[in-house]
Order: sequence, then C-alpha cells, then structure tokens
Amino acid sequence: MSTATPDTSPAPAEPAVQAPPPTPPRAQEPRYERLLILLRSPSFVVGALILLGWVVCAIAGTWIAPHDAYASDPLNSLLPPDHTHWFGTDQLGRDVCSRVIVGARDILTIAPLATLVGTVTGTALGLVVGYFGGWVDNVIGRAIDAVLALPLVIVALLALAAVGASDLTVILVIGITFMPITARTVRAAVFAERHLDYVAAAQLRGERAPYIMFAEILPNVLPPIIVEATVRLGYAIFSVATLSFLGFGIQPPSADWGLALSESYTLMAGGAWWTVVFDAAAIASLVVGVNLIADSVQGVIDR
Amino acid sequence: MSTTASPITRASTGNAARIAGFLATRAALALVTMWLLSVLVFAGGQLLPGDIGRAILGPLADARAVAALNHQLGADRPPLTQYVQWITHLLRGDLGESYAFRQPVAPFVGAALANSAKLGLLAFIVVVPLGIAGGVWAALHEGRWLDRTISIAGLSATVVPEFVSSIVLILVFGIWLRWLPIEATAPPDAGVLEQLRHLILPVLPLVFIFFGYIARMARAGTVEALDADYTRTAILKGLPAHVVIMRHVLRNALLPTITVAATQLGYMIGGLVVVETLFHYEGIGSLIFNAAKAKDFPMLEGGVLMVGIVYTVANFIADALHVALNPRLRTGGEE
Repeated sequence: MSTATPDTSPAPAEPAVQAPPPTPPRAQEPRYERLLILLRSPSFVVGALILLGWVVCAIAGTWIAPHDAYASDPLNSLLPPDHTHWFGTDQLGRDVCSRVIVGARDILTIAPLATLVGTVTGTALGLVVGYFGGWVDNVIGRAIDAVLALPLVIVALLALAAVGASDLTVILVIGITFMPITARTVRAAVFAERHLDYVAAAQLRGERAPYIMFAEILPNVLPPIIVEATVRLGYAIFSVATLSFLGFGIQPPSADWGLALSESYTLMAGGAWWTVVFDAAAIASLVVGVNLIADSVQGVIDR
Repeated sequence: MSTTASPITRASTGNAARIAGFLATRAALALVTMWLLSVLVFAGGQLLPGDIGRAILGPLADARAVAALNHQLGADRPPLTQYVQWITHLLRGDLGESYAFRQPVAPFVGAALANSAKLGLLAFIVVVPLGIAGGVWAALHEGRWLDRTISIAGLSATVVPEFVSSIVLILVFGIWLRWLPIEATAPPDAGVLEQLRHLILPVLPLVFIFFGYIARMARAGTVEALDADYTRTAILKGLPAHVVIMRHVLRNALLPTITVAATQLGYMIGGLVVVETLFHYEGIGSLIFNAAKAKDFPMLEGGVLMVGIVYTVANFIADALHVALNPRLRTGGEE
C-alpha cells in the first residue's frame, strides 16, 4: 500500500555468504527505526508540516489572525483581497484570512474526538468479537455489514436529522459509525493472535478474559489500530467538513471552512472568488496532509 | 482458501454446484444484511427522534397538537408494533407517505434513483478505465517519479471532499472560463449531447474521488502480479513483454480491482448527496438531503434504505463477478 515510500534506506551491502532472506525481517525492527524511516519519508514530513501548521492555527488562531474573525463590518462586505484584507472580506465584511486561520479550530477538535470515540469503542468491540469468536462474531459481523452498507454521510444525515446537529452529536454519530469499521480491523488482528502461545499461557495461568484481551492481546495488535486511526482521522475530517457544508455539522457563527463555503458558494457567481478559494484550499490541504501521514504510517507499519 | 489441489481434475458439475452454493450463501447473507439495515433505518428514522411530532412541529408547538400528530402518524404506539407495520408495508413496496408532500414516498424514490443511476453510471464509465490505466501505468513504473506522481495525485483526488472539488470546478470551468453549464439538469428539450454536457461538471468530482481508489487497487494488484512466480516464469520462457503483461499480469491484477469498483458503486451514492445538491440534480442524494433538512422522515428512510439496498446488491454482484472471473476462487471460501 505504500504509494510513495521512496527508497529512503539504501540497501545495505549484503554479505555474500548469507542467502538472501525471503522477506526482510522488518517486523523485528526496533520501534525507533520505524520512526526514522517515517521521518525520512518526504510524504510523511510534508503531511506532518501541513498538519502542524493547522494545529498551530487551531490553538493560537485568535492571536495569529490579523483581524477579529467574528467582527462583521457590513460597510466593507465582499471586498477583494488588498493590503488590509489579504484574502478579502466575506458577505458580512469579516476578514476571510482571519476566518480561515481561526476556522481550523472546530474541525481539528471535532474530527480527532470523533476518531477517538470510534477507535476506543471499535477496539473494545473488535477485541471481544475476535477473542470469543463463534456466534458473537457472526451476529456482530452481520450488524457491522449492515452499518457498512451505508455511506457515512448518509448515516450521519439520518441520525443528525433525528437528534439535531451539534458538536456533540456530530462527534458521537461519526464515532459510532467508525466503530464497526475499526472493530473489523481489530477483529482480524485478534484472530491472528488468539491462538498464539502467550495467549494460551495466560489462559492456563487462569487470567480472566478481560485481562487477556486488554493487557495481553491489545499491545500486540496496536500497529493496525494506529494505522486504522490515522486513516479514520482523514475520513473524519472529510466527513465533518462535508456535514458542515450541508448544514448538519458545525453550526454558525463558527469560522469553520465547510460552513463558510456553504454560506458563500452562491456568491462566487457574482465574482467573489476569494470567499471560496481560500476555505477550499484550507480543507484540501488539511485532508491531503492527514492522508499523507496516514499513508506513510501505513507503509511503515504494514511492510 | 488453499484447496487448489488439481483444479483441472475436479468435475465441472461439482464446480457448478459449489458456485451455486457459494452464491446462495452470499445471497442469504445479503438478505440478512438488508433486514438489519431496515432495523437500523427504522431505529434512526422512527425511534431516534424520540418525539416525532415535536421534531416536526418544533419546540414552540402546542402539546395537544404534537400529541394529535403523533397519534395520526402512529408514533404513539409501541416500537415493535410500529416496526412490524412499517416492514410489512415496506415489503409490499409501500414506503409510507411523505410528511412534506402528503404523497406516497415510493414514486419519488424511484424517480430519484433512476436519475442518480444515470449520473453514477456515467461517472463509473469514465473512472473505471481511467483508474485502471493510471494504476497499471504507475505499477509498470514502480518507484519512479511517474509512479509517485500518479499515486500522490490519486491520493489527493480521493481524499478531498466532493464539495470542495465541485466548488473549484464550478468556479474555474463554469464561472471563469464559461466552458460548461453549472446546472446538472439540461432544459427539457435538450438533445442527448446537450444533456451529457450538463453532466460533465457533476461527474468530475465523483471521478476524482474514485480515481484514487481504483488506481490504487490496480497498482497494488499489478505490482503483486509483476512480482509473482508465474510472471517470472513467463518472462524466463522468453515471452515478449506485452504478452506477459496482457496475459499474465493484468488478468491476475485486475480481478480485485473489478471487485472494488463494484463495491464503490454503492459508496458513490454518499458523494451524490453533495454533488446533486450543488448542481441542482434531482437524484437520490439530493432527495435524502432535502428530506433530512425538512425532517421528512418517511422520505428520508425510503431514500436511505434504497441506498443500503443498492449497496448490498452491488456488493453481491461484485462477489458473484469475483467468483465468475476467478477460477481459483470457485471453492467457496473467500478471505
């Protein structure tokens, strides 16, 4: 799956005597070595820098922003970019540049929290299903299939129309939708582990099932969980942005990018391109950045 | 998985029975999935809102009006009774009556689905060959700059939300260059070509999203096949490169890609919500969105259920295709 893992580590000169091993023993590599590979991968570095930039904006946005992102100024609405307003002003006369900077905060709070909810609940479910197997596995497996038959945005629309959109409901709905997907990954990983000697040893010692699942198996299935979580984070950002754009996500007066686009995209026909271009670029850069990270992490852990 | 022992000697009748058995199991599982889906949709649309009457009439409405509406909609009865009634109507093709239009939901959903199928199919026809070509091309240049460019471009195209790419496309091609219409629906008297012209912009965001997926699968499959022993044997036998690639590599590489492509057909509908809304196209996506906005739960449930059914059926067809095209998999065990 590593799309862009360039040959960072030049192949070490192989001793002529030794027969080439069928697969390089990457699994035994110490953890820091994996981290080194990651840090030498350009796509990881680029992704991490983009994400870092937006995280800084999310945390310190209000101090960095040149203007007050929420102060409307109707007399100066829809000004094209100039010296005072680098990205122009929106339909309420608010500074677009400041709003793009401050707009990182909500999505970078909600998407990671939703990912966390999905990862924690999905891991717990996957451990139980994978460890016990049998009918538990069958029943939950079917339920997971049913949830997966619906695209996330559509499940979310149904649920959010029913309970009303707020930050909390968006986090819960996305988190709960992620749960089965993560559970499926964890289940597969647990299946590979549960007949290994260390699990049998723990069972013979008389350890209880929860201890075996969470203290013995969990640490050994962490790599796929980490990969899944980074991939999920990308999807979460995608979904939160989409839902906000549709009016079922982050609510006004937030400076969120998706929300801003939904408020201003009708204005671009009138020539106010600056009200959409920068928000669109912000969303695109954030999702691409997070996915570059996810992709590199996956490449390093999987291979 | 590994019952590959002498597939040639296996009686063809036994094979057919095995395929039939496999498909029957898959079909049964698909039915179970659809039933669970109906429970899920019912729970989401009928139980989750809690007080449906209140949800429709808003927080300021009179309590008696809310109670009357609940009674009228049958929402004051026990959930199980409601579900049984709902599902029996559903099986007869009755999706209930829209709150907003005071008319049966089914015709709306049917018409919307037909429109969406047009849009989705067009996107599919464009993206599958494009994605496969991109993936195979990248794989043949594995590790070089061309591979990296295609991979990174594919990844980026796939992960950027449809509404972002749609807006940029509308801005560039619809407003700045004025090359293409930004409404998906052509005037009623328009010819086929004109209708297609109206669909170009809406199809592109869907193509972007799926290009990456398909290219990635095709690339992974091709890389694996290029690395396989049979490919090495074919090369060592002295076969010309194009024969090796066409006969040995692509045949093996594209199978998983086709399966993924079929699965993505269902997922495409998730993207339709945004695209149809933005380009004013009356499909299943915009139906779901408008129903969600209006809290028109019967309409919403009908639309969502239909999406789930389409996805499940597409998945089933993908499985069947997979078995039909892959001689090694005609053993019944998959993954």
